[in-house]
Amino acid sequence: MSRYIIRRLLLTIPVLAGILILVFFLSHILPGSQCRALIGERATDAMCADFDHLHGLDLPVYQQFVNYVAGLAQGDLGASVKTSQPVTTLLIERLPVTIELSFYALLFAVPLGVLLGIVSASRRNSSMDVVTMAGANLGVSVPIFVLGLMLAFVFSYLLKGTVLWLPPSGRLTPGLTITPLVVSWGLEDLKGPLRNIIDFFSNIYTFNALITAQWVIFVDAFRHLILPAIALGTIPLAIIARITRSSLLDVLGLDYIRTARAKGLSDKAVVRHHALPNSMLPVVTIFGLQVGALLGGAVLTETIFNLSGVGRAVSESIASRDYAVVQGFVVVIAIGYMFVNLAVDISYAFLDPRIRLQ
Amino acid sequence: MTAPYQGAGREVGVEEAELVRRQSNIWRDTGRNVVHQRNAIVGLFILGFLVLIAVFADQITIYPPDQVLIGVVPGARPAAPPCVHAFGCPEDKPQFLMGTDPNVRDEYSRVVHGARVSLFVGFATVGFAIMLGMLAGLVAGYAGGWGDNVIMRAMDILLVFPALLLAISIVTALGQSLINAQLAIGIVAIPIYARITRASVLSVKETDFVTASRALGESSRGLIFRRILPNSITPLIVAGTLGIAGAVLDVAALSFLGLGAQPPLAEWGSMIGLDSGRLFSAPWLIIFPGIALSLTVFGFNLLGDGLRDALDPRLNR
Repeated sequence: MSRYIIRRLLLTIPVLAGILILVFFLSHILPGSQCRALIGERATDAMCADFDHLHGLDLPVYQQFVNYVAGLAQGDLGASVKTSQPVTTLLIERLPVTIELSFYALLFAVPLGVLLGIVSASRRNSSMDVVTMAGANLGVSVPIFVLGLMLAFVFSYLLKGTVLWLPPSGRLTPGLTITPLVVSWGLEDLKGPLRNIIDFFSNIYTFNALITAQWVIFVDAFRHLILPAIALGTIPLAIIARITRSSLLDVLGLDYIRTARAKGLSDKAVVRHHALPNSMLPVVTIFGLQVGALLGGAVLTETIFNLSGVGRAVSESIASRDYAVVQGFVVVIAIGYMFVNLAVDISYAFLDPRIRLQ
Repeated sequence: MTAPYQGAGREVGVEEAELVRRQSNIWRDTGRNVVHQRNAIVGLFILGFLVLIAVFADQITIYPPDQVLIGVVPGARPAAPPCVHAFGCPEDKPQFLMGTDPNVRDEYSRVVHGARVSLFVGFATVGFAIMLGMLAGLVAGYAGGWGDNVIMRAMDILLVFPALLLAISIVTALGQSLINAQLAIGIVAIPIYARITRASVLSVKETDFVTASRALGESSRGLIFRRILPNSITPLIVAGTLGIAGAVLDVAALSFLGLGAQPPLAEWGSMIGLDSGRLFSAPWLIIFPGIALSLTVFGFNLLGDGLRDALDPRLNR
């Protein structure tokens, strides 16, 4: 087992190198000078030369790359050329928004998807099955931005004034503010990485409110997350339901299931104890792939629901040619995604002993 | 069942038997999955309908999609709601089936003409991705060794990035236009087709009939294009049909963000994006293109699913 994990870890090194190279060079072939994008048309050549020198942009590209990787190795992701804020600070602000959103999207999608898949498979071709699968097909076909806008239209506009009304944008109702964890805990003077970590979790509003018992804030933040989470979670929900159904049906057709039935086990016991564990492998694979898709979907969801998360930060900084921010975010996202896939691969080995032995 | 051969040939015998078994099952399984067959038929019906709309777009609309109707149609106002006299709309207002957009253009005409754009986008994008993916997969699968390794690791790196984010960076690098959005979505999809092609090449290239062709002096090119490729085409068709659904969605998403189709082109994603600020005051500008877009994607998804179940029961997902 540990040999498998070590080998799998070693395999991530070339992929990691590839990510760094691709992100760096992709963001450096973006046309247009950063200087002119920031200072505007009035920038003189001399001003731009100073600007480039200040930000190390006059160095050869390979030298910039070496500097970048060296900084990265020390946990320095560079600074925004536009606002001079360190990328790390931006990450601490923005990443929790996206993580929180994705978490609730998955919380909505995974249990419901697996449940619907199981029900569909165990009552194959029943009206329940047909309706669920038609719904799943529809679910993967409605674009996130259309679904999001429709949800906002129904719940924020048509249902205005009813108890079902939900807020269409932002993270908290204007006027409400959340107390940062460092303040709640009296740690305002704290510095360094620990402070960053605490600030990071502090920006996951529902988590912060939950552990510091700010109930009004918790409910408000949660209500703001319902529509975006449904918009973002619907496609994974539909995909997971379909995969669970087909994978369970495959397993239910195997000989050992017939044996279990022949022993006189109930349908419920056969599905729960014999079929389900073996049918989860493809579901885990899809889960891993969906995490990547979630990050793409987050760009759209954050745009529609006016959440300042990673997705929006990336598309905004691409537009303003803020290379450092784009690089920092994309590298962090890609590395995070890579580790999700690593975790998926390792969980295979737990789920299926045959993979361990290869 | 063929008698087992000696040595390496033994595996070939088993694989061949497997192929025979698969072929004999195709029609039986096709017949069995009546529900999924219905899916494919419904999908084809939807797509046929959309193709007709796209082809006859000019005949079934009154105004061109880009025409500003101020002064052309008396009483035309910006962002006017749908108005059909037969459904109780006052006779003194001009009729618009889906209302007008903020630039006083006929929304119905724009939605109808959008079908042309989206169908073209779907086929062109996936066609591009399949061509390159197939080539990469063929070379990797047929050559093997380090060539295989280099190509497939490059594909892995492409796959590491969340597709839409990678597409956004590519579009920004190339400039914002519909064709660049298609290119970006196409590039992002290449690894899918490369992997599928490689997998089927690997499974086909050691079979008896390929060995026999080689023994008869068939050139490498002949082997690849006449013997191996035709046998890899089925999974590519299935993945491609589903891929069109994804491509239509993703290009529309890029256009929604302002990175794809540029105004005044009648493209559903960009129409929704430009008018999303009027969601509460003019919801028809979101609802109609939204339905059209969802219907298109739904059609391709149904057809792709139906095809997959009919052609390849072992990929039964």
